[in-house]
This record gives sequence, C-alpha cells and structure tokens, in this order.
Amino acid sequence: MAFLIRTIDFTAAGREIVRDRVVERSSLTIGRAAECDIHLPDLAVEQRHVQIDAAADGTLAAQALGTLGFGLDGRIVTAGTIDPRTGGEIALGAARLALAREDDGAVSITIRQVANDETKADALRGFTLASALPSKRAMSWVLASAILLLLLAIPVASHLLRTPVKNDPRGETPGQVVLDAAWTSGAMSLKHHDLEDNCESCHVAAFESVQDETCVSCHKGTGTHAKMPRIAAGMPALSPGDAIQWQIGEGLGKEGPLGCVSCHSEHEGPVRQKPASEAFCADCHDTLDTRLTDTALGNAHDFGKEHPQFRPAFYASFGAAKPVRASLDSNPVERSGLVFPHDVHTDVRGGAARMAMSLSQYGAPLECKDCHSLDADKIGFKEVKMEDDCESCHSLVSGRNAAGFSKLRHGDVQDLAQDLARITYIPRPAIAPRRARPGQSGSSSAYAADFGRPVRAYIGLSNALSSGGVCTECHLPIRGKTGQADLMPVNLPDRFLTSGFFNHDAHKREKCTDCHAGDTSKAATDLLIPDLKSCRDCHLGAAAVKTKKIVPSECAMCHAYHLPAGQWLPNGSPSGAAPHYKPPSKPKSTPYKSTVAVFARKSKP
Amino acid sequence: MATKASGSAKARFKQDETWRDSDHVSFLKHRGFRWLWIALALSGISIAGYALIDQQPRPNGGTWFGYTLGTIGLGLIIWLSLLGVRKRRINPGAWSLKAWTSAHVYLGLSLVVVGTLHTGFQIGWNVHTLAYVLMLVVIATGIYGVIVYATLPASLSANRKEMTRAQMLDALTAVNRQLESAAQPLGRKDADLVIAALEQDTFHGGAWGRLTGRYPRCATARALRSISQGAAEERVAALLTKRSEQLAQIRGAARIRALLEVWLFIHIPLTFALIAALTAHVISVFYYW
Repeated sequence: MAFLIRTIDFTAAGREIVRDRVVERSSLTIGRAAECDIHLPDLAVEQRHVQIDAAADGTLAAQALGTLGFGLDGRIVTAGTIDPRTGGEIALGAARLALAREDDGAVSITIRQVANDETKADALRGFTLASALPSKRAMSWVLASAILLLLLAIPVASHLLRTPVKNDPRGETPGQVVLDAAWTSGAMSLKHHDLEDNCESCHVAAFESVQDETCVSCHKGTGTHAKMPRIAAGMPALSPGDAIQWQIGEGLGKEGPLGCVSCHSEHEGPVRQKPASEAFCADCHDTLDTRLTDTALGNAHDFGKEHPQFRPAFYASFGAAKPVRASLDSNPVERSGLVFPHDVHTDVRGGAARMAMSLSQYGAPLECKDCHSLDADKIGFKEVKMEDDCESCHSLVSGRNAAGFSKLRHGDVQDLAQDLARITYIPRPAIAPRRARPGQSGSSSAYAADFGRPVRAYIGLSNALSSGGVCTECHLPIRGKTGQADLMPVNLPDRFLTSGFFNHDAHKREKCTDCHAGDTSKAATDLLIPDLKSCRDCHLGAAAVKTKKIVPSECAMCHAYHLPAGQWLPNGSPSGAAPHYKPPSKPKSTPYKSTVAVFARKSKP
Repeated sequence: MATKASGSAKARFKQDETWRDSDHVSFLKHRGFRWLWIALALSGISIAGYALIDQQPRPNGGTWFGYTLGTIGLGLIIWLSLLGVRKRRINPGAWSLKAWTSAHVYLGLSLVVVGTLHTGFQIGWNVHTLAYVLMLVVIATGIYGVIVYATLPASLSANRKEMTRAQMLDALTAVNRQLESAAQPLGRKDADLVIAALEQDTFHGGAWGRLTGRYPRCATARALRSISQGAAEERVAALLTKRSEQLAQIRGAARIRALLEVWLFIHIPLTFALIAALTAHVISVFYYW
C-alpha cells in the first residue's frame, strides 16, 4: 500500500510550492510530533493526532489517537471511514488533508493550509429566513405608512383643504373628500342611497356628530312629536351604560337621545327605514302617566289590550270658536248648528229615497257617498257643500231669468236678503205674450218700478229665516246682535280624529254603516265616530295572531311619530314611498297639515 | 435544633423544586394556565354581555357596550404589541417574560371574541373591516407560531444528525474542495456543470423554495443528471451525490427554520399595519361621527 503525500504551500509572494513524496506502508500517523508520517506544525494539532489504516477492502480507517477528535468531511469525529474512490477530507487545525485514490491505485493525501474563515458567521445567516425575505421592519414601515396615507391622511387632508359648503346633498360642489368611502361603516338606507359617495353632506364638520340641523335642511317641515323637554320627561330612564354614553356624547357635542340619528340610525345596509315599532312607542306610552303626571294622554302599549278610548275633536256648543275633544265614552253631543237627521236621508223607503229615485243624478235611494266624498289623502272627507250635495232636493230656485232659473244664494244671510229683495223688485215676466193696453202701467208693465220700501222683501226674509222657513229645514234660527233674524253658523271640524289617522281607502270593502250609525241616527247632535270597541272587532295589537278577521295592528297603522295625524306612506302609494308623512297637495289655500296641526294643538284641553 | 435544620432544608428543597419546575414549565402552562382562565373569563363576559344587554338600535361598535369592547380590544392590541419591547429589556424586576408571553398568547386569542363582538358582525369593504381582518390574520399567524414552536424544534434536532449549522457548511466546503480537484480530468462540458454546481449559492431558491423544500434550479442535481460516463466522471458523480446529500441536510435545516420563522414575517409587519389601520379606524369613526 502506498500513500502519495502532496504538500501545497505558498511563498510570501503567493507562489505555490508543491512537494510530493511517497510513503510505502499501510498505516500513517498525523500529528505535531516530528516522527509522525505527516508532520503538521500547528499548535491546534496533537503530538500524535490521527492514525490512518488501509483496510483490506480498500477503504481507509481514520482513528483519533488522543481524546481530541478531528474534522472529517466537516464533522468532528474521533473515528471514521473514508472511501478513497469518493474521497474525503480531514481537517486538523488550519490544515486540510484531501484523501483520494489515484489512477494507479495509490491513495493521495493533498495537504493545504486554509485561511481562517472569518465570514462563517455571515454564511450561517443563510440559514435564517431573513436572508430570503425583506426585513420585518421594512415591511412594517411600508404597510403602516400605506394604510395611514391612503386611509387616513388623504381623506383628512382633502376634507380640511376643500372649500366648505353649507350643505350639498347632491354633491355638485367640486372638491369632494377623496377616499372617504373607505370610512363608511355600511351602506346607506335606500332613501339616502344618493348620499353614498358624499359623506360630507351629512358629516359636515370634522369630529362633529351629525346634527339635527343638517337633517332638517332637507327634511323641511318635519313635525316634532312634542316639545323636547316634554319628550325627555316622558321617556323611561336610560340604562346606566346608555346614560354614561349619552353623557359623554353630549359633552362632546353629540345630539342627545332625542336627536334625529339616535332613532334614524344610518349605515345599516341598503334597507328601507321602517316606521316605529309598537315596542318603540310603548317604551314611553306604556306608563306615560307615571312620568308625565299632567298628561291628558291615556297609557297605551297594545291596541288590543291597552289603548284609550278615542277622543274626537268636535264643537260641543253652538257657535264655539274652537272644537273640543272628549272621549266617546262620555256620550258627546255635537252642536254643529245643523239640523240633519241621517236616518231620514238614508231610509230606502222614505221620502228622501223616493225623491232621489226621481232625480236623474241619483236614480236610486241616497247613499252615504252621494253627499260624502273622500279626500285625496283617503283619510278625511271633503266638505259637504249645499250647492253640490243638498240642493238637488233642497231647492233654492226662486224664479226664472234669462239664463234659465234664478236661485237664492246660499252661505251668507246678506246674499239671501239681496236675492229675496230682487224677487219682489222685478215683476215676474208674463207667462205668455200679451198685448199692452193704454193706461196700463205698474207692476204688470215691463217698465214698472216700485219705488216704495221693500217691505215684502223684509217679510220674505223673515219668513225664510224663522221657524218653518226654508232655511230652517237645515239651520237653526237665531236672533242677531240687533235682534234681527239670523241663522246659527255651521261648525264642523276638518277632522274628528286629530291625533291619528284612519285610512278609509283601506276599509273600502266595509260598508259605511258597519261602523258609522248613519242609518239610525235621528239627529245631527249624534257624533257618528265609531268607538274603540268597534275597531277592535278586527284590529288587535301587533302581537295578535293574524287570521281572516283579525289584523295585527302596529301603532304606526294609525299614528305617525313626527306628526301623529299624518299618515306614514308605505311603498307603492301613489305619491311614492316616504319615510314619514308629507302634506298632500290640497286645493285649499292653507296646507292641510298645518291646519290640523294648529287646531289639534289648540284643541288639547 | 437538628429538627429545625432538617425542616429548613426541606423547605429550601421545596422552594428550589418550585423554581426548577417554573424554570422548565412551558409558557403555555404558566402558573396553572392562569392567563388561559383570565382570557376565557374575558371572552365569556363579552359573549354574555353581547347576548344579554339590549343594544339599541342594534349591536355594533357604536353602542356603549360596543365602545367598551372596542376600548378593551384597542388596549389589548397595544399591550400585546409591546411584547416586542418587553422581550428586548433584559433587566430584573417583578415582570416575568414567561408570564408576559403566556398572557400574550391567551389574551391575544381572546381578542378574536372581543374584536368580533365589537364588529356586531357588520362586515364591509372599509377601514374598519380592514383592521378586523388584519387582527384575525395576526392572531392566526400567532396560533401557527405557537404550534410550530411546540412541534418543529424536534424535527430540527433530528435533521441535524449531531452537526451544527457551521459544520454542515464546512462539510459542504470540504466536498467542494474535493470536487474541484476530482474534476480536473473532466472535459469542458462536464467541467462547466461542476463549476455551475460549485458557484451556485448554497441558499438559492428564495423564500418559496425554502418553505416548500423544492429547488428545481439546483445546479448540483442538474450536474448529476447530465454528467457523462467515465472513470473520472464516476468519481465526480459520487462527490456530486455527496454534495447533493449535504445540500439536502442544509436545505432541510433551512426549511424547518423557515417554517419556524415565517409566521413572524407576517405577524410583525401586519401588527404594525393593524396599529395603523386601528388608528385610521378610531380617528375616522370620530372624524365622521
């Protein structure tokens, strides 16, 4: 067995010096001692460090001679086997001994010195993932900066730098806030959908909650449920948590629990704002009398279980300036100033029926709708007008004139006096043409004039206005201030139920007389408003089970929050869906809403 | 006297045992799962409050309970992120890093409950949900981190075969030197293959290669596939196989290391992204109050 030992050294100038020698034996020793076969002058090497023995199968066995191990292919061992065909490397101190088989079968050992590997620590860094990824710090900076810039700095800057406008729900002003869409906490309700990309139309100023003033700038004319202090006093106590939240919120300028947004919460998704639920109303009205001790309102929490009797507004005394409200339980007597027995008119076998049948415009016994016609809002009825609704039977025709018939004007006693005076003033025209005879003049002449006092006119007026006269068929005769004959003014309210609304259109399958005693009432003093009990035949509270007859009824079916007498218009109504009452256009000069609102407020005892 | 001495010795032994136990008990089991119970209590109270408290008009971050949850969540997130500061402060004091880590893990997990209830389950494409999702990703990576810390070090040790990482690199260098001399008789084509193998960065392949353990561009493997037949080539091939095996060990170590560390590369940057998103969330909510 022969070992070819090749030592490679470098001169100071860097030139390589290669020395070869051959050792003919089967075992080699390596160490610092001079007698070793391979002598390594390195203090890190033992005197006799390693022995290499050639085994019979051609492999080499390396064995540490002391307790100190040696490097074999990078690993520190005390013994190891090297196959010269693949080769191996022994590391001792700074020396590297590469063992390999030469072509002639000899084993070569190439010895070279390696420089101390000072970059080892750097190489070890390669094991960490940090060597293959950007640093955590850099990534943190990039991500955090991007988020702060895009989602905070840009919207805030564009909000602060824009030219503020008072309110711009259409978003027509240039210079909208940029990227604030990312701030939304949810989609707007359907009605506010147009404001989706125009946050600053509601969120006007920075760090200021949405103000009622902003809501009202579009929702003009929204009524208030009651005066704020009254509502606050009527509300049940807030939970401790809510109380603290509102305390802090109001301290920071938020509208209180009575602000618009505390009920009309937005950003709850593309849904329709719903009318208040029964529970919402019952929160306060369930035990309202315990908190508002002076209230005239009865407690209510469920239409079927607890709801006060209706208190319609009506004129309780003749010629009263204002209507009053009284419970239907107190058998109210209406003093409208009219004489009108409903039963006479609705009796299908009575004289009124016979009369109506003989008239082409009726042709049948009278029905309610012949005199009462529904308003555009389907809640109230149009005013009954003498000229349209009564006069076809209760004729005021007073004679003939060029246009056909002349008739007495209705509505004002002064007009009547003039019309009656005219009857006696102008002679009746001749029924048939006749020849004028000489000497004839006076009343029968076409040129006759009566220059005397209109005594007969006074008598006629007095007759008409006094008991048994034409006027007193429907009106009550009275004496005026100066003792002259006069009539009681007619007082009928626009609306009987002023704190709620009754949709007649929704009840058109019912007959009027199912609820109103129009077929049996004998006098105009009867107040024909149906009572609570009759409504409860069909309507019970929201919790009631719906059947063919029973209709579970929320408060919002008859009451609105902002304006109790105004109806919440549901989706599909002719005037379009509205989240709350809008005044219907009425031919009247004054808006209906304000009339009701004004006198409803005044009529409260 | 003797009895007293033996008594104090016993007490001392007992105290030492307690210390030894606390030294070796996992941060997960710290003090009988103290922080697990605290986190469970926090979650339980949050869920009970959410279910029992009437939140008008609907539960979300804007009710008093929602604000409370949000404040707790924000405080927790800031405190949890301070672990990075705490662990760098090696000084004495009544604060145990183990307790801190234990609390970090369990309170971090309870944030899933607190944060989710704070949202009121209202999710959308906005900065608020961004913060929520970032929080969930940070927590998810944290869970991954705890799991790999519990399982992977064993396989890291198995992969080492009693070699240090420096020795693995030394072994590769040794093979490289042998390859260089063994490849001397080779022709141009085969020599180029060996050069390519020797010159290639030990840790090439990027983060993806590390995590998956796939190195399709490995020059050593390509050289092994393409080397010609012959006596010298056979020896080079044997050395290339050896190099390949050594590379496999190094790559195995790097892969386990990468799997151990990768979560931190999401956990830490996303924590800072989360803090930024939370800042935007809180400011924007009150900016557009």
